[in-house]
Amino acid sequence: MSETPLTGRAQPDREPHRFAEWQRLGGYDALRGALKRHSPEALVAIVEASGLRGRGGAGFLTGTKWRLMRKAAEAAGEGPRYLCVNGDEMEPGSFKDRLLMEALPHQLIEGAMLAAYAVGATEVIILVRDAYRAAAVALTRAITEAESAGLLGRNILGSGFGLKMRLHASAGRYIVGEETALIAAIEGERPVPRHRPPYPAQSGLWGRPTTVNNVETLSAVPHIVQNGAEWFQKLSRTEEGGTKLYGISGRVNRPQLIEAPMGTPAGELIEMAGGIRDGRKLLAFQPGGGATAFLQEADLDVPMDFAHVKKAGSSLGTGAVIVLDDQSCPVAAIGRHARFYARESCGLCTPCRDGLPWVAKLLDALEAGHGTQQDIDLLHMHVELAGPSGRSFCDLMAGAMTPVKSGLERFGDIFAAHLKGHCPVGRS
Amino acid sequence: MSVRIEIDGRIIEAKAGDDLLSVCLSHGIDVPYFCWHGALGSLGACRQCAVRVYSGPDDATGKIVMSCMTPATDGLRVSVADPEASNFRARVIEWLMVNHPHDCPVCEEAGSCHLQDMTVATGHNERRYRFDKRTHRNQDLGPLLTHEMNRCIACYRCTRFYRDYAGGRDLDAFGAHDNVYFGRAEDGVLESPFAGNLAEVCPTGVFNDKGWSHDYARKWDMRAAPSICPHCAVGCNLFVSERDGRVRRVQNRYHGALNGYFLCDRGRFGPLHVVSPQRFTAPQIAGAVVSEHDAVVAARAAIEQGAIGIGSPRASLEANYALRKLVGAERFFAGVSDAEAKLVRRIVEILRAGPGQIATLSEIEACDAVLVLGEDLTNVAPRIALSLRQTARGAERALATQKGVAHWLDQAVRTAGEGRRSPIVLATPAPDALDDVASLSLRLDPLSIAAFGDAVATALAGGDAPNKAVNIANVLAASERPLIIAGASLGAAQIVEAAAAIVAALGTKARIVLIAPEANSLGLALLGGDGVEAAAAALEADVARNVIVLENELFERAPRGAVDRLFAAATTVVALDALTTEISARADVALPVAAFSESAGTFVNYEGRAQRFFAAVQPQEYAPASWRRLAALGAGDWATLDAIIKDLIADQPELVGVVGAAPDASCSCAHGKIARAPRPLSAHTADDRAGRDPAATPKPDPDSPLSFGMEGARGADVPAALLTGYETHGLHSANAVTRFEEEIGGPLRGGDPGARLFKQGDAALSPAAPFAPIDGHGPLLVPLDDVFSGSETGRASALLAARAPAPRLLLHPDDAAALGLAECASVMLDGVACAAPLTLEPKLARGVVAVSVGKLLPRGPLRRVVVEAAR
Repeated sequence: MSETPLTGRAQPDREPHRFAEWQRLGGYDALRGALKRHSPEALVAIVEASGLRGRGGAGFLTGTKWRLMRKAAEAAGEGPRYLCVNGDEMEPGSFKDRLLMEALPHQLIEGAMLAAYAVGATEVIILVRDAYRAAAVALTRAITEAESAGLLGRNILGSGFGLKMRLHASAGRYIVGEETALIAAIEGERPVPRHRPPYPAQSGLWGRPTTVNNVETLSAVPHIVQNGAEWFQKLSRTEEGGTKLYGISGRVNRPQLIEAPMGTPAGELIEMAGGIRDGRKLLAFQPGGGATAFLQEADLDVPMDFAHVKKAGSSLGTGAVIVLDDQSCPVAAIGRHARFYARESCGLCTPCRDGLPWVAKLLDALEAGHGTQQDIDLLHMHVELAGPSGRSFCDLMAGAMTPVKSGLERFGDIFAAHLKGHCPVGRS
Repeated sequence: MSVRIEIDGRIIEAKAGDDLLSVCLSHGIDVPYFCWHGALGSLGACRQCAVRVYSGPDDATGKIVMSCMTPATDGLRVSVADPEASNFRARVIEWLMVNHPHDCPVCEEAGSCHLQDMTVATGHNERRYRFDKRTHRNQDLGPLLTHEMNRCIACYRCTRFYRDYAGGRDLDAFGAHDNVYFGRAEDGVLESPFAGNLAEVCPTGVFNDKGWSHDYARKWDMRAAPSICPHCAVGCNLFVSERDGRVRRVQNRYHGALNGYFLCDRGRFGPLHVVSPQRFTAPQIAGAVVSEHDAVVAARAAIEQGAIGIGSPRASLEANYALRKLVGAERFFAGVSDAEAKLVRRIVEILRAGPGQIATLSEIEACDAVLVLGEDLTNVAPRIALSLRQTARGAERALATQKGVAHWLDQAVRTAGEGRRSPIVLATPAPDALDDVASLSLRLDPLSIAAFGDAVATALAGGDAPNKAVNIANVLAASERPLIIAGASLGAAQIVEAAAAIVAALGTKARIVLIAPEANSLGLALLGGDGVEAAAAALEADVARNVIVLENELFERAPRGAVDRLFAAATTVVALDALTTEISARADVALPVAAFSESAGTFVNYEGRAQRFFAAVQPQEYAPASWRRLAALGAGDWATLDAIIKDLIADQPELVGVVGAAPDASCSCAHGKIARAPRPLSAHTADDRAGRDPAATPKPDPDSPLSFGMEGARGADVPAALLTGYETHGLHSANAVTRFEEEIGGPLRGGDPGARLFKQGDAALSPAAPFAPIDGHGPLLVPLDDVFSGSETGRASALLAARAPAPRLLLHPDDAAALGLAECASVMLDGVACAAPLTLEPKLARGVVAVSVGKLLPRGPLRRVVVEAAR
């Protein structure tokens, strides 16, 4: 049995630990040790050496991000600096951060404190979306407990390091997961993305240096600090360190969250989830959530890490594996995704705001058997226009069009069949 | 620092770091766009301005970028014509059209619509979207603006202007995805006095001028003339558009140093007073309509018997001069109170003396510390208040620049600025709309404002002063470009002197703005003349028997008693006006004259800038320009405006600058006279009946180089002061102004129009005259101005009147309690019942009673009034 540092301590009923109990399990040891032994710079170096990559989907090296923040913050002068925790988990198929916040809030808080210490933040703001009310309750209580224990506030544990932490209960939207939109949401503005540059590290929340990290990323930090970069590297089956929370959903027998070594192939993960439902055959799977390209049978052995999945033509995203069996119509599945992304478009830029709803309607028409060849041509047009980055304001549209592009490539025949008014795979 | 970039083979010098779209537009290279705006910067929302850029000579592939979000860097190669970029731009239009209703035939905007222009420019003309369109419910936004949300293309210009630029709160973007809604939380009047700009800021037909919509004419069927706003001393430049002899709408006419891209609502809707039922159209004797002949004979007889003349701060320089010429300088009086006449003359002296330079609006926006003494800017000179909102952002811009944020990334500048504000101190008697951008708001009575200003001046000179004054003196002394604003609205000469003392102490780095009450108050003051009290005294002393009143509702500008004395002492009162007023109704002889939209003339604004306005409408025979009427009554032998100006400067050589306000009538461009009408696209239009229908043959306009006909020069050929529109090939909306600016936000090509009459240091400043004692008991009377009413002309505009609040009477609750007065009490002022009930205003200064000016209260010197409960 492999190690499960992130989820291993969760209680079976997912009730969050009270502070004392969590301390008995070794909670906050990493923080206590780090404040005694490590400079912020050393902490950045440890996380850099661990190879930890952002678990929000982009897979950017966390240590590098922190270093950039430290560098950019030098120019910002005196004043507050922020670490924002991205708990707006809304990628279709993704439900990993929810468990980490609901069942293991102190782990996240400790990770956030270590990150704040490393980047020089003076305040941590955890943004949680509205649907995650249990997470908000658990985090609020845990923050209060940490404050009472003297782990937050001024001069924490006599180290001279001070930190405030609070929860921002956000309405949440898909776009709030984008870091600049998340910053706007905390500021109370319309949550729409902001142009970069300036990057948040230069001018983020209220114009101050800001780092935004994902919940899963920060939850891994105490373990890295406590056990070392080498230990973290060795957890993985590939060059990318650590374990990963994979969410397996769709046509499997037991949809579930699995913490497994980074690089565990999808085939193994699907087996762990009880295999394809009702013994049917796999049609395709999305390895990293709704905005990732389809993979198929031949890719079941691909190690599920950022580099290998990318090489296979998709992306690891949030590690949310969505499985289609041979009776799931991909046109319908893609249409469902398209409706979601069209609804979640923030409405700022034209291609996404007016293009995605059109795409969704085209897919609906095709699925309903009312499609035309021009509809398919228009889907191709949207794929082409949304492909290169920089056409729309942020990456939402490119992500949303990814399954459409991949679906047209892999399931062209099924799309064509829909033109004739029938679906060759869907259950009637 | 400048950089060289290459745009489709053309080498262009650009300012380093400017955005590429601005560079293209400044060089006449058309890149389609929607969300970018010269004053609002770049947003990156519409994705319409895509171009291909190559990073340098070695980059063979390049990439598609949004030009508005891309800084101009040295060696950049740009292709606007790139096929992929062109195709993307056409697709953006196709996306925008997904939900657009294609209702151009019934849309007011059509013909001057930026969305139409850009759609045609991209070449996209086939819509492939075949599903239902989203529809919105529209809102009633009040009397000034229409709302048709289905036309919206979500460029966010409206909220960026209304909220970010103008400080409004009640317009916002709601909803998300393809259901973004720009409106109010619920139906209701848009509160901002700058809301009218939405009609021009909106690139399509969501927001439009409601008055124009109700009395509609297509842009291509209207003629427009360059004009000057007659509703306050700022002198914003206007386009006045007409069809069939009726003014239909007013739009902003860009002026780099003054109004820029924006007007206030008084300036946009107030000038519609010229189509009011209050227009005075038939000559009268003793209130009865008579023939033109009889009225002129009666007027001439009155003049022959000997008459004094009373001029007007709302009449042109030429009209006032003609009157002075007619009656003689010693019998010419300013149509305001003695105190105001004296105060405005003193303002002219201070402005001429320096050392402070008079700040244009663009200079106001660049000042880094501001002290406002007494003026309620949002209501007195609204466009200046809008500029001060930009001044307040100076510290924010400085910090953002320090952080390396591009100045055109407006949202990023707002964030990076960390909420910093440049110091703005307001010392005013009543709650002020600018309080939200002020770093300090002091609520003081007028005399305390003057005392406070004096204390600041004393502190600047190193003398002893209270801490608060010392602190503000230190801020002003430490700033690079301090600005002092004061004016005549409280009737307190003390405040103006205090402002002059502060400027004198600050020296040449100081900027000064002294706001006179009306559009041509300064012009009138330059012609001299005491006020109405002196005029009454002259009649009583038998200097003359009769009086001629020029375009003036004297009851609003001078104490009622003085005007009544005038009527009692005069044998015959002759009134010339374009509006029916209490004066014209009571006059023995009343003659109609042209309104500002039917005649040419010159106003002198707060900067001492002489600005020419021209007739938008051919004048009616029964209402010639007032200077023509006065010429006919014997003032002079002037056939043209140029002739009277020639005499004016011969009489008063220091006004020679007036000539340069605009080219004279002999000016001719490559295509002849300048056409007021837009370019006809076919040989004939509905309005082009010249030659076949004698009635439609345009009359010549002797007072300008402008033509009423279809033929003539337009656009880039035309001197800036004579622009009748921004018409350019393929560009028909207000956005085409970029073609006429030297650089985005900069002066118009060939220089901003108008001629500054004062040079700093023109004359030494004489010591202040002793202040008139303020006798009596009771609180000081504070006149409350209102942006939506202004003077009698403003109230004659039905559109503006629909927004005007009920007259108000305010007391501080403690002062009211001491007087035994409760909220809503009926009150008498100096024994006269006040029509407005009492409102208790805890934020009002102590020791004052504030009353709406206009109908309730004429302007006049600062005084105390007895406030008591009505019996």
